Amino acid sequence: VSQVLPAEGDLRRIIGDGEALPDGEVDGLTPDDLLALYRGLVLLRTYDERSLVYHRQGRIGTYAIFWNHEAMQAGSVFALEGRDWIFPSYRESAIGLLRGMPVSTVLSWWRGHPAGWWNPEDFGVASICVPIATHVPHAVGFAWGSALKGEDRVSIAYFGDGATSEGSFHEGATFAGVMKAPAILFCNNNQWAISTPVSQQTAAATLAEKAIGYGMPGVRVDGADVLAVYEATREAAARARTGGGPTFIEAVTYRSAPHATADDPSTYIDEARVEEEKEHECVGRFGRYLERRGVLTESVAEEIRTEALELVRTGIVEAEAEPPPDPALVFEHAYADPPPSLAFDLEELRRILGA
Amino acid sequence: VPDLYLVEAVNDALHVELERDPSVLVLGEDVGRLGGVFRATAGLQERFGVDRCVDTPLAEAGILGTAVGLCMAGWRPVCEMQYDAFSYPALDQLINHVGRYRWRTRGKMSFPLTIRMPYGGGVRAPELHDDSPETYYVHTPGVKVAIPSTPADAKGLLAAAIRDPDPVVVFEPKLHYRTTKEEVPDGEYVVPLGQARVARQGTDVTLVGYGAMVHVALRVAEALEGEASAEVLDLRTLKPLDEDALVASVRKTGRAVVVQEAPRVVGFAAEVAAVLAERAIFDLRGPVIRVTGYDVPYPYWQLEDAYVPSVARVVDAVRRVLAA
Repeated sequence: VSQVLPAEGDLRRIIGDGEALPDGEVDGLTPDDLLALYRGLVLLRTYDERSLVYHRQGRIGTYAIFWNHEAMQAGSVFALEGRDWIFPSYRESAIGLLRGMPVSTVLSWWRGHPAGWWNPEDFGVASICVPIATHVPHAVGFAWGSALKGEDRVSIAYFGDGATSEGSFHEGATFAGVMKAPAILFCNNNQWAISTPVSQQTAAATLAEKAIGYGMPGVRVDGADVLAVYEATREAAARARTGGGPTFIEAVTYRSAPHATADDPSTYIDEARVEEEKEHECVGRFGRYLERRGVLTESVAEEIRTEALELVRTGIVEAEAEPPPDPALVFEHAYADPPPSLAFDLEELRRILGA
Repeated sequence: VPDLYLVEAVNDALHVELERDPSVLVLGEDVGRLGGVFRATAGLQERFGVDRCVDTPLAEAGILGTAVGLCMAGWRPVCEMQYDAFSYPALDQLINHVGRYRWRTRGKMSFPLTIRMPYGGGVRAPELHDDSPETYYVHTPGVKVAIPSTPADAKGLLAAAIRDPDPVVVFEPKLHYRTTKEEVPDGEYVVPLGQARVARQGTDVTLVGYGAMVHVALRVAEALEGEASAEVLDLRTLKPLDEDALVASVRKTGRAVVVQEAPRVVGFAAEVAAVLAERAIFDLRGPVIRVTGYDVPYPYWQLEDAYVPSVARVVDAVRRVLAA
């Protein structure tokens, strides 16, 4: 196990600040790749910002904001193959957009409409996991099971810093290590679990060092640096594919938006620190990097933003055009072969509703 | 056509199903090298290899949680929970995911996993090796539950569970793992879920039970010979429940005593009583009486015989119903 010791302390970084901090680069990424990555970031950002508006307009329900988490999501997904599977938490509700999932599907989920419940096989994106960390064992089981079948598929599970306190994280990570599952455990450490700071989640110095106990490498990256995230994930995926087993990636940011639309962080968060984080938010940071490298111009950036906005606007129109769900859907899909009582219940409900 | 103990019938079913379907795999604590603490999985690892009979870390939520992922990768996992009460950490996965994931995908993905575990008391074991946790499972939407009482049913219901497209939990009465041998059909053998079995015909009262309590009910029926003719209905599957068989039996006898080892409040006997109240109340000639474990923690084993429903307690209940 010597190769897994010690977990990293410093955050991996590639994007500089255009001043004292120099820019690095990632091998093998063409200008087109970089632009595609930027498109992904902008799509997620646009989706997130519009969702907040839609929530305020009463067009979607309670919404878990992921502003400034876009680099962690896009950077990691771009490092995977289309056959690899993504296991999102609610913080990554729109990650399927990077796999071609329609915007209306994700908005429908937040509208509580059945059109938002997709088939994971269509996108290689598992269902949104609402309970904390309980999808970590799913991703591990999927990766392990795929390897047993001789299939070259990696899985990635996304979860927050608070999730590392859950038993499910521990059991999932334990299995991942023992089974040498080709899985990536991706922790978006935004340092807050609603109002609880990471210092009250763990006495460990970093979350990455937890990985040592599971016999897997623990990597730390700047979560607002999309290239650092990309490179770390690409490395983890390559290790997974060649039988090297799982990797734990701790991507560090600072949560600069409320936990969700129902949350008021002013009672607990460090507002000055939030403002500082916003100045270095991940989309603008990558955009400036691309401009410095001559890959992106303001007019192309504007085009990309307009394109994303159009997609999201079309998405909400489509989501709102979904017909009201049939009450039969209350009963359908819970079982492949349902107990007979469900048929009686549906009959009664139809009679009462006159439907 | 061999005579087998109940645990041997479980083992036989696993061999047959792993042979029949290469996507079936067994996972759990000590199931491989050791063959299970009760030897239910003995011989599987030698026969099918370490990838299809997997010794896992000691982590029940991890077993069930990875089984969900194994389903998504195309496997049909059969999870062993080593003992009834050891399964409680896995309830997190059961409730949050196992019973919901198919619904979450609007029926596009199936989760054909099986959970099997020894359950129940009477074996003079330490604390938390004696529980009857079926209510937690039956109450969970999306999950089916079967509880055999005989070797043949143990084989047939487990095979049905493994082949079923939905998650099924099979509780095996550990007290009867090695009490009686019975003829068990050779090779492939399936007892469909949702069909109760009349274990003994009678005309005056229906004794409703499942698992280990079927054996108590049969002894009660014998004890009452000459005094009353008791029918014994072995439910075999709690969900889906064979309501028609239940109602038909009580229509014939007019009386029902429901026996369950689990604590009383909101236990499965209450569900049986409710079904009879809704569907057969005008056929009843007396109250439906439950004989159950008490609403206390399962006691130290020197007192367990006072806790588990006994022949005397059930006979007493039957006499009360007959006198009503």
